[in-house]
Amino acid sequence: MKRLLSIIPMLLSGDGKADRVVPPSGHTAWLTSFSAAAMAFLAVFTLALALAAGRLADRWSAELARTATVRISAPEGQQAAQTRAVLRVLRTTPGIRSARALTDAEQRKLLEPWFGPDLPLDALPIPRLVEVIEGNPGPDVAGLRMRLAAEAPGAVFDDHTRWRAPLVRAAQRLRLLAVLAIALITLATAAMITLAAKASLAANATVISVLRLVGATDAYIARAFVRRFTLRALVGALLGTAVGMVAVLLLPSAGREASFLSGLGFQGVDWFVPLAIAPLAAAVAWWATRAAAHRTLRGLT
Amino acid sequence: MIELAHAAFAYGGSEILTDVNLRLAPGSFHFLTGPSGSGKTTLLRLCFMELLPTAGHVMIFGQDARSMTRDRVAAARRRIGVVHQDCQFLDHLSVAENISLPLDVSGRDIEAERGNLDELLAWVGLASRAHALPPQLSGGERQRAALARAVIMSPEVIIADEPTGNIDWDMAQRLLRLLVELNRMGKTVLIATHDLNLIRSAKAQVQARVLRLHRRHLQLAGADL
Ligand SMILES: Nc1ncnc2c1ncn2[C@@H]1O[C@H](COP(=O)(O)OP(=O)(O)O)[C@@H](O)[C@H]1O
Ligand SMILES: [Mg+2]
Repeated sequence: MKRLLSIIPMLLSGDGKADRVVPPSGHTAWLTSFSAAAMAFLAVFTLALALAAGRLADRWSAELARTATVRISAPEGQQAAQTRAVLRVLRTTPGIRSARALTDAEQRKLLEPWFGPDLPLDALPIPRLVEVIEGNPGPDVAGLRMRLAAEAPGAVFDDHTRWRAPLVRAAQRLRLLAVLAIALITLATAAMITLAAKASLAANATVISVLRLVGATDAYIARAFVRRFTLRALVGALLGTAVGMVAVLLLPSAGREASFLSGLGFQGVDWFVPLAIAPLAAAVAWWATRAAAHRTLRGLT
Repeated sequence: MIELAHAAFAYGGSEILTDVNLRLAPGSFHFLTGPSGSGKTTLLRLCFMELLPTAGHVMIFGQDARSMTRDRVAAARRRIGVVHQDCQFLDHLSVAENISLPLDVSGRDIEAERGNLDELLAWVGLASRAHALPPQLSGGERQRAALARAVIMSPEVIIADEPTGNIDWDMAQRLLRLLVELNRMGKTVLIATHDLNLIRSAKAQVQARVLRLHRRHLQLAGADL
């Protein structure tokens, strides 16, 4: 880390002459910057995906984790009695914070979107719904189901996990994949810089051997290459990040209906996260070039 | 300064140098002769650690070359000026920049040495070519530039591999006088050459020993030269 920090003054001050001992590499120079820019651009979107998936997973599990429903469908005469029995069971079950039967008005409101406002609720065999707020830790669901079956045969405990769990799992998996993709982008950047640095070192073999024979240390020779590639990667990654962030900013909002799509972006302090991409790219370039240079130099006397 | 003890070298196949013993005392002046392909260049490369002996020892400034770290090798090379047989330069830098390269890589202040550089350029007759690029130089000019680069650090030892190979007699004499002058200032000089006239002319100016490579062995040549 200390070494990493020491590159900052080196990059800023520059050692004009040490740079000049290696001839300019002409038109291939911008290929490194371009690749770094492309990688940074990809990294911005992957980061957005990772953050959005993370937000989604958190929200879904938070919203849904703590609620459950008991549905009571009993013959006409028994519904009230079974509802009372259900409430009694729920109130005596550890892990349940509260349980409340929905009123007719509330049930009508829930059904309204599907059946319209004039639903004759009493004329239809509508099951009674009991809203359950779980505590932390929640109830022993299997035990609760058995007790409910004994006390109120028409009651079904629905804790949403059946459909909630796969969604949360999918969002978490998506975040994992995005993090993996960022790691791959980092490694690919390191590989790309290593190849470019190796090509440059090979092209300058004579320069390196002359420098070595007039008494240059490995550090002096490596510096000329390291500075060059670190700067190229930094500039490229800055450009790529900037373009990527603007593109994310300009993503059209899909509104609430497609909350996943519209959630793909940065929110609040998330906007600072992609700012780490360019320094990371520079650090990767610094490390990769340095390793390549020292490996090459060790082969010389 | 530089000492070889039972040193041998092979590029991979059979040995080119066998059981070479040599001591370059401070302030000494040595010539190294031998037919082409006898291993003169190889022996010199052992002396500035471009090669390590495959047997025996090479001691540079009191340290075994084999046990020196890479940074120590670099530091030792700043004390040894070398004129290579195939004078290589950084072709994108001017002659003046190439000559001051050793100052650069050792972190010396170029501006402070500007006077020395100009004087040196004038002495090797390259003042007017200071801003030319190395590929634009003739063979003789390259050799003079290489000598200037070898001595700019005011090294303790100067090693020259066929330094007069490409230059005319007058220039060779000037170059020799510069080396003799440096030797009088206390520098140790080792010159590989097959130019017997050069050796004769040197012997008139300085007490020089002549070493000869013969069948892989190093011998002290007789006074008959
Ligand atoms: N890099 C090398 N690899 C293999 N053989 C070499 C190499 N350099 C020189 N040789 C061989 O070593 C022998 C001595 O070469 P060299 O030291 O250059 O002789 P000289 O300088 O006296 O002409 C020659 O036979 C040459 O072919
Ligand atoms: Mg030779």
